[in-house]
Amino acid sequence: MPVILATDFIVFFLAGAVIYFAFAVRRDGAAASAWREIRKNRLAMACLAVLALYFSVALLDSIRYRDPVINEDGVQAMTEEGSALYSAQALSLLDRAFEGMRTNHEKTYSAPFARQLFVKENIELTDGTTVREYAPLKHPGAHFLGTDKVGNDVFFNALKGIRTAVVIGAGTTLIIVPFAIFFGVVAGYFGGILDDIVQYIYTTLASIPGVLLIVAFMLLFGTTGYQGGLISEGQLSLGVFVFNDRLFWLALILGITSWTDLCRLIRGETLKLRELEYVQASRAFGVSRPGIIYRHIVPNVMHLVLITFVLQFSALVLAEAILSYIGIGVGPQMGSWGNMINTSRLELSMDPVVWWNLTASFLFMFGLVLPANIFGDAVRDALDPRLRYR
Amino acid sequence: MTEKKTDMEPVIKVKDLRAYFKTPKGLAKAVDGVSFEIPKGGTFALVGESGCGKSVTALSLIQLVPEPAGYIAGGEIILNGRDMVPLDERSKREIRGNKISMIFQEPMTSLNPVFTIGDQLMETIVLHQGKRKGEARKAAIEMLEKVHLPEPERLFGEYPHRLSGGQRQRVMIAMALACRPDLLIADEPTTALDVTIQEEILRLIREMKGSLGTAVLLITHNMALVYRNADMVGVMYAGKLVESASTQELFRNPMHPYTIKLLRSIPGQEKRGKALDTIPGAVPSAVSYPAGCHFSGRCPREMEGCASIEPPLAERAQGHSVACHLHDPGFMNQPHSRPLRQEPDALPPLAVPASERETILEVSDLKTWYPIRKGVLKRTVGHVKAVDGIDLSIKKGSTLALVGESGCGKTTAGKSIIQLIKPTRGEVLYKGADIAALGERRLKPFRSSLQIIFQDPYSSLNPRLTVRETIEEGLRAVKPGMGKIERAEKVRSVLERVGLGPEAMSRYPHEFSGGQRQRIGIARALAVDPEFIVCDEAVSALDVSVQAQILNLLKSIQRDFGLSFLFITHDLGVVEYIADEVAVMHRGMIVERGTTAEIFSNPRHDYTKKLLSAVPRIDSRLAEFWDLPGLSL
Repeated sequence: MPVILATDFIVFFLAGAVIYFAFAVRRDGAAASAWREIRKNRLAMACLAVLALYFSVALLDSIRYRDPVINEDGVQAMTEEGSALYSAQALSLLDRAFEGMRTNHEKTYSAPFARQLFVKENIELTDGTTVREYAPLKHPGAHFLGTDKVGNDVFFNALKGIRTAVVIGAGTTLIIVPFAIFFGVVAGYFGGILDDIVQYIYTTLASIPGVLLIVAFMLLFGTTGYQGGLISEGQLSLGVFVFNDRLFWLALILGITSWTDLCRLIRGETLKLRELEYVQASRAFGVSRPGIIYRHIVPNVMHLVLITFVLQFSALVLAEAILSYIGIGVGPQMGSWGNMINTSRLELSMDPVVWWNLTASFLFMFGLVLPANIFGDAVRDALDPRLRYR
Repeated sequence: MTEKKTDMEPVIKVKDLRAYFKTPKGLAKAVDGVSFEIPKGGTFALVGESGCGKSVTALSLIQLVPEPAGYIAGGEIILNGRDMVPLDERSKREIRGNKISMIFQEPMTSLNPVFTIGDQLMETIVLHQGKRKGEARKAAIEMLEKVHLPEPERLFGEYPHRLSGGQRQRVMIAMALACRPDLLIADEPTTALDVTIQEEILRLIREMKGSLGTAVLLITHNMALVYRNADMVGVMYAGKLVESASTQELFRNPMHPYTIKLLRSIPGQEKRGKALDTIPGAVPSAVSYPAGCHFSGRCPREMEGCASIEPPLAERAQGHSVACHLHDPGFMNQPHSRPLRQEPDALPPLAVPASERETILEVSDLKTWYPIRKGVLKRTVGHVKAVDGIDLSIKKGSTLALVGESGCGKTTAGKSIIQLIKPTRGEVLYKGADIAALGERRLKPFRSSLQIIFQDPYSSLNPRLTVRETIEEGLRAVKPGMGKIERAEKVRSVLERVGLGPEAMSRYPHEFSGGQRQRIGIARALAVDPEFIVCDEAVSALDVSVQAQILNLLKSIQRDFGLSFLFITHDLGVVEYIADEVAVMHRGMIVERGTTAEIFSNPRHDYTKKLLSAVPRIDSRLAEFWDLPGLSL
């Protein structure tokens, strides 16, 4: 029985967009030449491969279904009404692929590749004496990024964090970009009362402390939301959808609070572009205003969008960490690098230091943000004809 | 014009100066062997088109070639008998601003906006002359007085934004001369200024030179300015000095084909009805000069040996040096002096037939006011009267020039006429219909008839669209029913009409030079079959030889399509050449209207008189001496 979260739509939408662009590149000459330009850049292609890997993990983690409950006698359990009974746990393809890693729990911390636990404990020997010793692991050498406080595999936790990061980064951007472009261009191009209204909206939004707004929003909508882990029947609509997804609310409110910067930039750029002579020439032909905006304004503000996107992406992943710390981010059962960083705060003050939780989340975050930056730059350069053919 | 004897020890002597830049494409030889000297109190003008290395020469003299890409690759710069090239950075700093100072083209950006005029002026004086504050202040105010700025005491405490462009340039001159330098470098000192102010600034430089005995290196692209202000002229082309002589001699007897071509491409009254002379091709890139004469390939008198043998700059007449094989008897006796080609000397006539006396456009009492809004509620407290009641009429197939200084409202007027800016009041009758009263939708049928060509060839084309997309945009908007193949054919034909090949279609604007971009702008307007075109300073940003090409193009399309032009410009030479009628605009109003001949020979309004007298001109009688040297075939 499939289970679809509200945030899955973001991931599916992204997947759809990738496929659409892949086809668009084949048909459209300009896009194809931009793509050829990117292909020449080996570093960008390597980054694209890394991004593809991350994204496929996120996609695998977004397709999940509930297994039917099997009774002890081997038949499928039924409810009293006679319909099939499903487990409360919806495991994703990723969970299933890494079944071993997911279920290989230890008792508590263990270092990467260790054969015994990280802390000593009392062990009763066969002769009845008790010694204080490092207990051997149940799965020695299997945890190549160690285990956390409750003995979960850190590598698997970090993998689970990928979906959260992709949803936060991409989902929020999907909200930011259309808002910012629409309002920014409208305000800049049409000016007058429309400009005033947009400016009032974003100055008001920007003048409310962001964290306060997010906290209020999350307390209103997010408290009852699905936080990962077991699903109750009450959260399901039509048997498959979970709309009250806390991560979705988080992406939404982060989007609402952070479109203002980009909007301001786009408004300013549009003000400049509007007076440029090629826009005037276009007006002299009687080209309609939407036509001018589509052909002359939007393509010439896209560099701002790309730059803001790559800069904001890392900021958003970090914002998730901060919000998780104050308890309004994603739930503890939904893997996230924010949660990992958050717990490692205390671990860093232990002696000896438990460093692998922080290192793992850092490496994974770094591995996403850096290629995203480099690839974003390459895309921007490829789309700018001035930088091509040099 | 020659005030001082030249037998004195020169203030500065430049010998075979070379300044190179390392670029990804190779070594760019921006300055590739330039020699000249300037005596005390003399003015040496360096002329040439953009990209010829004039400004880099100037920067080399003050040892400020942009590092690390650029460096001085060779030569000597001898200031008062001492070579400056090998000096260390500290000694160079002492020379800069003290012995040699410089004024730049853009007075708006060469003063620091956060310091007062006085602070900036005193800084140089304190730094170089070691004076105490009180003394420096006195000296600074004295300098402000010398450059004829009103109320120097008050200006001393003002910030730069309170001053006009001309006043700022005076402050720059005061700063440059505060330390009584031996050499003043003026790099296009008046290009950014209005004509009427230009003359004042140049007079000031002449006057200061006279009283302080400073030598002046004047860098400009304006031949007429050179004619009026320099004692000696050096013509630069592609990093080299190709000709050097006294001003009188150069204009009376130009020897290098480049100089001659350049002089002949200047538009003026005496060339009306003829095509302007142009130079084919473009200045070669500084990374790939021809091995021999840099002008080979474009030269109308090229010979077989020119592309491989470099001509030395040698004295061919009294005080007149030229780097051209045509004037070298030794070279001309050799077999490699066989001419490659010889272009006809006579210029083809380019007369536009007398206009049909049918008025195509009539403007009456046109006003465009911008409201000034203040306060929270944005109440209108007043108006900027950019265009304040103008009347114009343009006949079919003729050219009306709208002249005036920057800020007089001529561009706003042009845009108001073709309804890019909605005028506040007034009528614009186009073939009897008042288009000023129409809304955007009812205006649409008129859009294709009324077109505009802009000044800046860089911002007038969307960098993200190919040339084909740019030109097709208008066709799509105006003739939505046109088929794809038909549209492509139309684009191809207009491109060909403006002198660009079909391969231009799929290229992007940045791949073209300024002149070519201007051609694309013309093609864009031409594609929709207009009848009336506003040329908003359409040739002002171009070099003389390119300007001549574009002017020829505009004239020929006018002849072929019976177009009417509203030619907005501040360049009176262009007006004399192209316009049938002239309207002089001043502070939003038209102060005088008439035929070109009337206005130029008999100006009535004081402002017109002032404007006309301010324009530097070359004596038109000299033009008869500008013949290319003959070649016996």
